[in-house]
Amino acid sequence: MPKKLPSFWEAIEEKGYSRRDFLRYCSIAAAMAGIEAAGLPKVVRAFEKKSRPPVIWLHFQECTCCSESFIRSSHPIVADVILDYLSLDYTETLQAAAGHQAEKCLQDTIKNSRGEYILLVEGSIPAGNDGIFCMIGGRSAEQIFKEAAQDAGTIIAWGSCASNGCVQSAKPNPTNATPIHKLTSKPVIKVPGCPPIADVMTGVITHLLVYGNVQQLDSQGRPKEFYSRRVHDTCYRRPYYDAGLFVESFDDENARKGYCLYKMGCKGPVTYNACAVTKWNEGTSFPIQSGHGCIGCSEDNFWDNGPFYRHLPNFPGFGIESTADTIGTTLGVATAAGIAAHAVATNIRKKKLIDGQKERALKDKDLNGDEGGKE
Amino acid sequence: MTEFNSPVFRRIYVWEFPVRIYHWLNATCVILLIITGYLIGNPQRIFYANEAYQQYWFGTVRFTHFVTAFIFFFNFAARCYWGFVGNSFARWTNFIPHKKSQWKKIVEVLRIDILQTTPSKHTDIGHNPLAGLIYFLSFLVFAFQSITGFALYAANSTSLLPKFFTWIVPLMGGDFAVRQWHHAFMWFFILFTMVHVYLVFYHDYIEGRGTTSSMVGGWKFEKDEELKRD
Repeated sequence: MPKKLPSFWEAIEEKGYSRRDFLRYCSIAAAMAGIEAAGLPKVVRAFEKKSRPPVIWLHFQECTCCSESFIRSSHPIVADVILDYLSLDYTETLQAAAGHQAEKCLQDTIKNSRGEYILLVEGSIPAGNDGIFCMIGGRSAEQIFKEAAQDAGTIIAWGSCASNGCVQSAKPNPTNATPIHKLTSKPVIKVPGCPPIADVMTGVITHLLVYGNVQQLDSQGRPKEFYSRRVHDTCYRRPYYDAGLFVESFDDENARKGYCLYKMGCKGPVTYNACAVTKWNEGTSFPIQSGHGCIGCSEDNFWDNGPFYRHLPNFPGFGIESTADTIGTTLGVATAAGIAAHAVATNIRKKKLIDGQKERALKDKDLNGDEGGKE
Repeated sequence: MTEFNSPVFRRIYVWEFPVRIYHWLNATCVILLIITGYLIGNPQRIFYANEAYQQYWFGTVRFTHFVTAFIFFFNFAARCYWGFVGNSFARWTNFIPHKKSQWKKIVEVLRIDILQTTPSKHTDIGHNPLAGLIYFLSFLVFAFQSITGFALYAANSTSLLPKFFTWIVPLMGGDFAVRQWHHAFMWFFILFTMVHVYLVFYHDYIEGRGTTSSMVGGWKFEKDEELKRD
């Protein structure tokens, strides 16, 4: 029989945290999830009363950077609470159990908490060759995921791999790496990023715990709280963009002045993420602040979207180093040349036409003149 | 006494006022959109001596692009409406070849334009079917450019209209792809403008029916005998 799991408060109290620490955690979590001050009691109540949902954290084709990011959440208690007490029942990287024990944990959680547990998936799933590219405990990633997803209460795709395939699905995608939403009919909350921001991850979880499964998602399945605005629109270098002041090369005077990195291929204008707002590593910095353009890691297909250091990508089917502009210019020049040649030909032809007409007219005039003379 | 033995030409009112207004407004918008759009894609290094608080030129270029885009869109919508209520030369039937005779004519016009064959006696009064078809295809590009443009614009706008077009973003796989295609189709407008202007001059030049001036005054000229034949 499944026992009632202890709540967050009960769990961290047991670990020796004070009430003050707990409330501090609650307010940070609330702020991260974008909950206003008046909603704080609700957060506190949720963490006091609600039993912690069991969590299964699956790792497939990934580099564990999402986990690495996650354990660096701004507030130490966040990591403590979530990793020790979110009731993380199964996660390859951090669990104590191994081998058959670990697999049993997974099976038990699925069996005992049907429809309740949170399924966090890190990494894409290789759908090619019956999934032999990623096997855990003798089963393919796809089998494991489908089984776990079937009874999950909530499914969250951690990071770009699970959300959109990331580097594994870049052309030519040899393992047929597939984002998880394509393998389940259930709704998936996508938290893309390579890795996603730690505080965004905690924010998503907090929202989930406080409000249940009601994240407001955008058209691509990402929580609007964190992915509704472009990096570009929240960037502190935006005024330089509007003023038309750009870095021309990474070591020029403009780079030193901290001008806009648009011409260096910054993908901020096409990337939806919270980097410029929450920043990374306890709000220390984010790529653009460190002088490097955004590479758009939370966007679909970002590995195939052309070079990181050029804004306009290679045009598909025309070889490397050919952008839409090079092709367009070539076509433009060719068209101009064609028009010029055509105009010359037309003029030659028209001259003949006019000459012919003149001749005929003159002939008519002569004939008319003769007739006139007779009368 | 006539200098040349020319037939009698009759004036026909072909392009109604809304069509002419549409044409010139559209031409102005397209040129503005090409220039500002190109600059947005490839910002030039100017005014680098000034500080950010002293200028806003790139913001102004973008603003011009957005305002012009709105005008372009509604102008286009108005023209679509006129395709159903305008005179027979403005009707949508001119743009979508649905009769065998239209396809035949398309081949003939292609031969006139490319192989420079002499036009047959009977010329179309309004658009020739090839021009009509090309305009129809360019209407599709107008629509594509409006959809992708508004979808990109929606991210930094609070107005309602752009939000209707955001469905294209997940369909194309993110803003990046949308932006790329929006940019690539700019070149369609550049090439279209070049070829269009030349062909108007060319047809005016060889047919001598006032094709060029017809978009200003609305009048075209047709041989009397041709009109009787219709």
